[in-house]
Amino acid sequence: MVPLSSFLVVGAALFSIGVVGLFLNRKNVITILMCIELMLLAVNINFAAFSHFLGDIGGQIFVFFVLTVAASEVAVGLAILVAYYRQRRSIAIEDINTLQG
Amino acid sequence: MLETTFFYLFGGLAVFAALGVILSKNTMYSVMWLILCFFNASGLFFLLDAEFLGVILVLIYVGAVMVLFMFVVMMIEVNQAAKREGWLQYLPVGGMIALILFIELVAASTSGVFTTGDMAMTGHIGAEVNNTVEIGKVLYTKYLLGFEIAAIILLVALIGAIVLTLRERKDAKYQNISKQVNVRKEDRLTKVSM
Repeated sequence: MVPLSSFLVVGAALFSIGVVGLFLNRKNVITILMCIELMLLAVNINFAAFSHFLGDIGGQIFVFFVLTVAASEVAVGLAILVAYYRQRRSIAIEDINTLQG
Repeated sequence: MLETTFFYLFGGLAVFAALGVILSKNTMYSVMWLILCFFNASGLFFLLDAEFLGVILVLIYVGAVMVLFMFVVMMIEVNQAAKREGWLQYLPVGGMIALILFIELVAASTSGVFTTGDMAMTGHIGAEVNNTVEIGKVLYTKYLLGFEIAAIILLVALIGAIVLTLRERKDAKYQNISKQVNVRKEDRLTKVSM
């Protein structure tokens, strides 16, 4: 039997790693998108863990919604990235400052 | 005992793969590590009696989202040398924030609120309960509005991604179908009196 707190610790570790990744990879937007995915995954693990230990299936429904939003976010984010790359031939974060006009 | 072993296997590998995502030099390797992370998270979902979500995570994330990432990484050639220079510059502030966050989250989750009482330990649901059926029962009744909104969000993302990446190429020959259909006899046929 695995206690609830163990799952929460795994979720916390994944979330913190995602936050470190956001700070470390200041050069590459794709890696930042992946770090956001990691953080959403941590949230999903917490949702599923609470759903199991509270005996309420609503948590799994919310994992479902988070998955939907994450998938849309990735699709739009990568589309923006591709469109930007066509313009500037670069996806370095320093260059993306020019998006502000 | 077996379950605990699997929990440490999946959880440890998920955290290890997450470290690989943020530390590997090549973006492609990061994508691969993230795929490993999602597989292990899927295993964790199976341990939590959420079989449907475990399968969905593999199907949607590994099968669709990560493949999309791979496409984009392959399409965009990232300057590998420029990417890593000065990458440790932000480690002190980022590491400190994440460490504080981690300590706080661990302290909260092991503080006793979640480690005592009914929530601390729960047995598994029997094999007679079908997780997919249970999700369907509430998803299409209690959470129907959310389900519809999720569908609209997906539609908007679909259209948005197409609109953002669509471009008219000047050097390619396009077929204008409405122009072809609406063509009249007078446009193409000229009578020449001999």
